[in-house]
Amino acid sequence: MPAWLEYDFMRNALFAAILIAPLFALLGTVVVSNRMVFFSDVLGHSSLTGIALGCLLGLADPFWAVVIFAAVLAVLINFFKAHTHASSDTVLGVFFALVVAVGIVILSKSGGFAKYSNYLIGDILAVNTGHLRVLGCLLAAVVAYWGWAANALVLMTINQSLARTRRIPVFWLETSFSIVLAVVVAVSIKLVGILIINSLLVLPVAAARLVSRKFSDYTCGAVIISVVSSVAGLIVSYYWGTASGATIVLFAAAFYGVIAFFSIISKRV
Amino acid sequence: MPEHACGECCTEILGLGVSLGRTRVLENINLRLNCGELVAVIGPNGAGKTTLLKAILGEVEYNGQIGFSIRGALRKNIHIGYVPQKLSIDYDTPVSVLDFIAMAISRRPVWLRLSAGVKDKVHALLTEFSCQHLMKRKIGALSGGELQRVLLAAAMTPAPDLLLLDEPASAVDAKGLALFYQLVCDVRRKYDVSVLLVTHDLADVAPHADRMIFLKKTILAQGKPGDVLSDRDLLKTLGPSLWNISELANFKIAVKEKDTHDAGLA
Repeated sequence: MPAWLEYDFMRNALFAAILIAPLFALLGTVVVSNRMVFFSDVLGHSSLTGIALGCLLGLADPFWAVVIFAAVLAVLINFFKAHTHASSDTVLGVFFALVVAVGIVILSKSGGFAKYSNYLIGDILAVNTGHLRVLGCLLAAVVAYWGWAANALVLMTINQSLARTRRIPVFWLETSFSIVLAVVVAVSIKLVGILIINSLLVLPVAAARLVSRKFSDYTCGAVIISVVSSVAGLIVSYYWGTASGATIVLFAAAFYGVIAFFSIISKRV
Repeated sequence: MPEHACGECCTEILGLGVSLGRTRVLENINLRLNCGELVAVIGPNGAGKTTLLKAILGEVEYNGQIGFSIRGALRKNIHIGYVPQKLSIDYDTPVSVLDFIAMAISRRPVWLRLSAGVKDKVHALLTEFSCQHLMKRKIGALSGGELQRVLLAAAMTPAPDLLLLDEPASAVDAKGLALFYQLVCDVRRKYDVSVLLVTHDLADVAPHADRMIFLKKTILAQGKPGDVLSDRDLLKTLGPSLWNISELANFKIAVKEKDTHDAGLA
């Protein structure tokens, strides 16, 4: 057995990485195609406010506060977008500023922000078996949701009016996806970190996009790249003594860089 | 065979009016689209053509009634086949034509490998619309004409009550457009479906349309394309960019040919 696998925390972290990676890859395919990258970033940053609300309520672990706040925020943004004529960029910018500011104001009261800074960069090594169980259930639930909703989601991305004529309830579908995304982001935020969670949604998918022609290759490619970079990043972070989340992101970025380089070269030739 | 291939049904629009904010965009639209009929809606920019489509699609609030009538009974729910003007995905999105049609006609998730049965079904459908060679291409990367044919194939499965076409001419070259209109004509005869088509292009659609509707807030004129387009005062409101003398000349030749052809058939 390699040295890094002798520790319980590394084994748990490995399981966590293997569970989280496909989750992010699946959801990322629609996030990127539907131009929701900024939206998911807002959800990630909303956990600052979620943690703050958890503290105000006197919760020992703000986990549920983060999850519920992110889901409520997702619904709120969708509602706002559907009922105003402002560009979605602007609406998201407003919510982004708001959730970050509220979170920091509450958490920094009497200079106590430092103790929450591990949420910013995440700590996958702190994962315990309880977390793993939650992640396992979440993965099963998302795969089931994907079986039911993925076709409709992609059709909605292609053209909303067309989707409506095929009896797809566009508003509810978009809302359900936002909630699923919010829950996945909120559940993984402590492990991956607010600052880099969005990279996990975007990078593997962006890399797979460069080499896929059909949706099944796209999904499969994103899952493979996501899992490989997560495991590789985790192992390397053990030897380098660096933060695992950021190291994982570096690997995903390297995948993207190499694939982008070769796809540019192959088009030139 | 669709349930309405009987000559006794039609899409009915009765007393339709739409306001967007405080602006009255459409009022008092009464329109009956018989099955198998191809109706072209023309009109200047801002005349409410797009709003009419949105009302039929149920995307804007309206007063009046829109429905599908079978032997006099009006059903609110119209099964619409819709061919949008453009898609909202990027050029490089990895969704193939096969994926797109499979999503539309089967419930099997496209992120898993598609079964041979679904592939065969899609291939047969695309062949009917002369675009089987596009099956493996990315849908975002198709040319305007290719995309219109693929969208038409999807819109006709299953056969709808009404086929709505939104500006098919906007991104298609003349040759592609002729092929597309020919396909639409074949389809509506085969399935006996009514077709409503909104367009800026007068000369190319005129020979194919059974009826032309001139819309500007309400229906200002309707009838055979030849009659509507011979009203010079009406046409002036379209503006010089859309209607010039050379097009008019082309159009007259085209309509004459069609009329002679129709008279021959009769």
